[in-house]
Amino acid sequence: MNGYWEETRGLMIKVLVIWFIFAFVVHAFVKPLNGIVILGFPLGFWMAAQGSLIVFVALIFWYARKQNAIDEKHGVAEDE
Amino acid sequence: MSSQATGKNVFLANLGKIYGIYTGGFLAFVIFLGVLEQLGVPERIIGFLFVGLTLAVYAGIGILSRTMQVSEYYVAGRSVPALYNGMATAADWMSGASFLAMAGTLYLLGYDGLAFVVGWTGGYVLVAVLIAPFLRKFGAYTVPDFLAARFGGNVARFIGIIVLLAASFVYVVAQIRGTGLIAERFLNIPYDIGVFVGLAGILLCSMLGGMRAVTWTQVAQYIVLIIAYLVPVVIMSWKFTGVPVPQIMYGEALQQISQLEQTKEALAGVKPHLEPFLTYDPLNFFALIFCLMVGTASLPHVLMRFFTTPSVRQARYSVGWALFFIFILYFTAPAYAAFVKLEIYQNVLGSALNALPDWVYVWGAHAKVKICGVAAASAEVVQQACAAKGVEVLDWKNFSIAKDVVVIATPEIAGLPFVITGLVGAGGLAAAMSTADGLLLAMANALSHDIYYRMLDPNAPTGRRLIAARVILIGVAILGAITATVAPPDILKLVAWAFSLAAAGNFPALVLGIWWKRTNTIGAIAGMLAGFGVTLAYLIWTAAPPLGFGNPELFGLKNISAGLFGIPIGFIVMIVVSRMTAPPSQELQDLVDEIRTPKGGVVAHKG
Repeated sequence: MNGYWEETRGLMIKVLVIWFIFAFVVHAFVKPLNGIVILGFPLGFWMAAQGSLIVFVALIFWYARKQNAIDEKHGVAEDE
Repeated sequence: MSSQATGKNVFLANLGKIYGIYTGGFLAFVIFLGVLEQLGVPERIIGFLFVGLTLAVYAGIGILSRTMQVSEYYVAGRSVPALYNGMATAADWMSGASFLAMAGTLYLLGYDGLAFVVGWTGGYVLVAVLIAPFLRKFGAYTVPDFLAARFGGNVARFIGIIVLLAASFVYVVAQIRGTGLIAERFLNIPYDIGVFVGLAGILLCSMLGGMRAVTWTQVAQYIVLIIAYLVPVVIMSWKFTGVPVPQIMYGEALQQISQLEQTKEALAGVKPHLEPFLTYDPLNFFALIFCLMVGTASLPHVLMRFFTTPSVRQARYSVGWALFFIFILYFTAPAYAAFVKLEIYQNVLGSALNALPDWVYVWGAHAKVKICGVAAASAEVVQQACAAKGVEVLDWKNFSIAKDVVVIATPEIAGLPFVITGLVGAGGLAAAMSTADGLLLAMANALSHDIYYRMLDPNAPTGRRLIAARVILIGVAILGAITATVAPPDILKLVAWAFSLAAAGNFPALVLGIWWKRTNTIGAIAGMLAGFGVTLAYLIWTAAPPLGFGNPELFGLKNISAGLFGIPIGFIVMIVVSRMTAPPSQELQDLVDEIRTPKGGVVAHKG
């Protein structure tokens, strides 16, 4: 049980660090990022309009897979 | 009983086929109406068919999903697969305002409006990692139900209900109002009656089948709303750029907008679309993102959707699917804003007053477009008003468009037939109804399960509980509809309060209750009261009259981000008070261990 919860908490912290970067940190650099323009999109604007969102979606699926693997490793996964 | 169970299994095994046929049927219906329009059937009939038929389908699903089993009524029998629960959550979450006004907000605010896009999506990461799987494991019927179990009794439950009602009631009033307005526009019936027509639809979807019925109607509503949202902007992108992928192609539009802002005389001094921090300074921009995210992770009507998955494992994936389906709309909204802005900058502003495009007058007649300070009802009205002001060429200062028509005006701007406008109306109706369903059910379930069953009549037999649940549901719905017809429109400003109030009231208790065993009853109660109280006080202190006292903001922090004070205070009080008092009983600590372990089935409401 202990090892399980340590790993779960570790994953939680990892996910929240990535979340924090794409929720706040990236957007603090919007002005310098806007100097880079791809397909008409200034990068700083694009990060808030699409980039962060894509990261959030991918992050949740990645988290779900990782956490399910942790469950199985410690024998606490549900029987489905 | 057994035949009902088999019927249900057949239904669940064929979900893909059923909703596939439904989607195809809906598309065929749109095409059929398009043909009718070409044959000369009047717009009024087309609008009526759109709204009437989709309402009938939702109500039909609601009736087919009726149930007399408690767990079906409260948590859809915990049988909703991750992907479908994701769609239902997306419909539950995206309100009439998200559908109709999000793009308009981005049109008006440019970059700064993206705080809403980031805030309303990033919150799902918090839902997935910190809260939803654990609440699913616990097996609660409502959020207050969990608070009561974890924090030893009815005081925590009662505070949870107050937070829930504070976050949900005005929100549902706004949705009922939205359905009334759309019914008014498409059925040509007076607003007051429209509200009750919309209400009847909402009740038919939820009353007989509770969560089970709401789930399957929300999936159907998601399909309608996402098709309705994508079709106009895809066609617009195709017309403007030759490529029907607006989410990629609006980069070009952004460049053209920037260029026009710098070169066109009628746009001199306009707020540049791409320039950050012109409406919100960085403090308010990031505070808003924070409050919207934490608020999303605390709204009871969203969290309760994750009680319905078959397993903890699926609850996790389900949050991912929910965000994916929400993402499709939210990453399209900025494209709407860009294309509509480009059209207005190119063809409306800087034009002579006798050369404005027709769509301006179509929406001007509804007072949604104003020129030279008056509703642009016709060319004469506009020319008179502008002549009085000495305006000859229309510039940005003398033009305004309401944010809730940017999406719905797009079909006319792109020169599309009325059937597409009708489709957008049906989408807006689906968005408002699905959110209203979820909110009503969250409130009614808290009142029937937590107040009536848990606090007033714990020995009530199943039949009586389910009847009470329905009576309360109707009561709350009618109260909401009456508020929507008699209350002043100012009340809708309270919707913005929901996020901060839910965040400060619920978030610390949910997160610490799961992640910090040492949190005890007194700490949780003190923290919830402090966080909720401080937030509410700041809101009332700073809100403009008549809602508040209109006092100056602390550190310039806008009212809408009041949670920035309340959330940390909630956490601090909860931790300090818990530390100063005795740790929770061994029994409660074991409960926390059980919630943290996926294996072993639900803790509460087994069976």
